[in-house]
Amino acid sequence: MPDTRDDIRDDAPLTTAKHGDALDEAKAALVEDRGDSLVGRSVTINRPRAELYAFWRDFARLPAFMENVERVDMLDERTSHWVVKAPGGRTVEWDAVITEDRPGELIAWASTEGADVPNSGRIDFRDAGERGTVVTATILYDPPAGLLGKLIARMFQREPAIQARRDLRRFKQLMETGEIATAARNRRELEEEEEG
Amino acid sequence: MRALTWHGKHDVRVETVDDPEILNPRDAIIRITSTAICGSDLHLYDGYIPTMQVGDILGHEFMGEVVETGPGSTLEKGQRVVVPFTIACGSCYHCGKHQYSACDNGNPADNQDIAQFLYGQPMSGLFGYSHMTGGYAGGQAEYVRVPFSDVGPIVVPDGLEDEQVLFLSDILPTGWQAAEYAQIEPGDTVAVWGCGPVGLFAVQSALLMGAERVIAIDHFPHRLELARRFGAETINFEKSDTYEALMEMTGGIGPDACIDAVGLEAHGFFLDNVIDQIKASTFLGTDRIHSIRQAIIACRKGGRVSMPAVYGGLVDKFPLGAFMEKGLTLRTGQTHVQHYMPALLNAIVEGKIDTTFLISHRLPLEQAAEGYKMFHGHQNEVTKVVLKPGMAAAA
Repeated sequence: MPDTRDDIRDDAPLTTAKHGDALDEAKAALVEDRGDSLVGRSVTINRPRAELYAFWRDFARLPAFMENVERVDMLDERTSHWVVKAPGGRTVEWDAVITEDRPGELIAWASTEGADVPNSGRIDFRDAGERGTVVTATILYDPPAGLLGKLIARMFQREPAIQARRDLRRFKQLMETGEIATAARNRRELEEEEEG
Repeated sequence: MRALTWHGKHDVRVETVDDPEILNPRDAIIRITSTAICGSDLHLYDGYIPTMQVGDILGHEFMGEVVETGPGSTLEKGQRVVVPFTIACGSCYHCGKHQYSACDNGNPADNQDIAQFLYGQPMSGLFGYSHMTGGYAGGQAEYVRVPFSDVGPIVVPDGLEDEQVLFLSDILPTGWQAAEYAQIEPGDTVAVWGCGPVGLFAVQSALLMGAERVIAIDHFPHRLELARRFGAETINFEKSDTYEALMEMTGGIGPDACIDAVGLEAHGFFLDNVIDQIKASTFLGTDRIHSIRQAIIACRKGGRVSMPAVYGGLVDKFPLGAFMEKGLTLRTGQTHVQHYMPALLNAIVEGKIDTTFLISHRLPLEQAAEGYKMFHGHQNEVTKVVLKPGMAAAA
């Protein structure tokens, strides 16, 4: 007999839930949670787990594939300072602290008090056999200036869900091919794209 | 440099544009010596393919000389290469399985959104074929930037002319893959819809793979004549009823395998085709699918349908019932060009395959727009137009 009770949760990730209490559950999965908008995205990368973790753990290298992150400075082993592009040529900044770090498996972080965009999240690295590693990013954030900020961000194609998906694709390209694919024909076009 | 650029429906122009440069370590710059207009370029010319932008450089069948290489390229300056139209990285899961046109990384991250939305997952990048497949500049130009040049381009041995190997870039592997997907067994009768370049190469390939009979279907007499030269039997769909003819020619069984090499711009005055055309022009449906419908209806029970033809969007009145009830198998997809190139180059060197018969017209790049007009308007005589950037313009 198939189980038809509707209080049974399915196996779909929390970030794909249509409604319900997914946000609370996602928050419960984080060591510390900051923010009320949830973004989650997985990508499979044909490289070993340890290698992907090691690249990511050096936060200063993240701007190589995170389009909107201008700079990340490591202040100490656990604290980093983030400078991120915002609509209208401005930037938003925050400090983030690593809340959990399991080499080859998990990196979790939370922004500290006074962040322009309070946020927290975790990056999980799971073995995927011959296919390599599944990298899952789960991010909670408070959009700047509430809904209006989100709309503006969307207009600028910087809506975090889209951005997370594109950033993870670029991470995959960089790890699998050693470069980030571009259709630009020359440096001028490439710069225009990057300023986009 | 000079390049053929897209400006809208039936409007392509040769213009001066910025030269390409090496941007990534695995890039190479190729000086084009020969480049062809593909039947699928006519879909762009006719405005059927979305996500084109004014100024896009067309062309995905090209070859030339390596003039510059990035530090990660394995090519050397001066080498002659044929470039596959699919842009594949060689290191992702799909490339590892030789499914190059499904490469995860050949399409830039931002462009992948369009195909992910339309198709569920993005496909590889393609040269000169809309922004859904990457927005890469194509090869109907003097120069082109070739990404992942250590994986795609194949070096041409000395002594072979451009015209002997140019079609390794797309249509020869596409025709070959179509025949392979038909899973031909000894004694099989294979029917091929469309005697354009891909259809003619599928005819040739099917015979090389051991098909006992190949029946080619078209309405252009010259194209049917070319198919006949390879040993195919022919049906002119304007003169005979295709389904009835196929049934009678196969003793009431139907062809064992059917290859649709026509695609989304089927010709012919058939009721379903006319309805499809009205729907396409009013955006109620996007593709005209007369040939694949007919292939499914004609195919024998338990038979195979192979579909190299290009379709882009949604279709209506697809005979799903016939497909299920008869237990057919359908195989299709963009060509995994890199997988087929080495063996097909060998077959050309050994004289088993000749592709030069196809070329009906040679034009300088400067006259490319004229080439599109000719190819579009005179498909009986114009079987293939090859553009040569170095060629002097006709007076």
